[in-house]
Amino acid sequence: MNTGIPLQYFLILATMMFFVGVYGFLTRRNLITILMSVELILNSVNINLLAFNRYLYPNKLEGLFFSLFVITVAAAEAAVAIAIIINIYRRFMTINVEDVNEMKY
Amino acid sequence: MTSNQIMFAIFSVVIIVFSILTVTSRKILRSAVYLLFVLVSTAGLYFMLNYQFLAAVQLTLYAGGIVVLIIFSILLTSHINQKFEPVGWKKSLFSALAAISGAFLSIITILDYKFSATTEAAKEVDMRLIGKSLLSVGNDGYVLPFEVISVLLLAAMVAAVVIAKKGGPKKAGSQTLNQ
Repeated sequence: MNTGIPLQYFLILATMMFFVGVYGFLTRRNLITILMSVELILNSVNINLLAFNRYLYPNKLEGLFFSLFVITVAAAEAAVAIAIIINIYRRFMTINVEDVNEMKY
Repeated sequence: MTSNQIMFAIFSVVIIVFSILTVTSRKILRSAVYLLFVLVSTAGLYFMLNYQFLAAVQLTLYAGGIVVLIIFSILLTSHINQKFEPVGWKKSLFSALAAISGAFLSIITILDYKFSATTEAAKEVDMRLIGKSLLSVGNDGYVLPFEVISVLLLAAMVAAVVIAKKGGPKKAGSQTLNQ
């Protein structure tokens, strides 16, 4: 391999980033910070896909295209989630998940 | 150590440290800026893997688009100087326990597994190849997910506009109920 770094280093880095995101998802109480933790998780999965593509199957393009699609889905998800968060803020004047506990109005 | 390994070490330290700061910082705007650092170093990793196009997409879409969107929504929904209450020790302990045990299991599995690379020649990934693959129906063609993702983006855009619109669509029944 021309980069001189084993594949496992990339995978371990992505794993640590993923579980830091999981920790944030479990402990945070603000909707926007939860969204940021989800972005961390999606990003770590992208690193995994690209490292697999480059190290194990350099003659294919699946990892590249699927991380491209993951980035697109993350962008769509962030746009819709932020629209919902702003709507929730208008109605409840807070975006703390523990205070937003009723679906009807 | 070669320069590649030094760059990888720098990127991974930045990614780990700033992702931990992203999920633990008590000021929300700072946490968004730390997220920006994480995303930019991830783009650096993509450059190291020789995927220049994806690194550019990461910089423009993630670091340029999503972070700006998040910062705008932070400015719309919270005071800048507001600090979060610290997380309770019980919740923080159990979440850290879950995360660390999960990471431990995954890392053990990764170190245990024997990865075997293909022996075929590597493909040169340039813009021409990416554009042709995205719009071809042949062997290396991705036109179906491309079209599906474009419909998804349109639907997400319409949904975001409809949800965030001031007032929103009011039904006749709910109006009379309010009066």
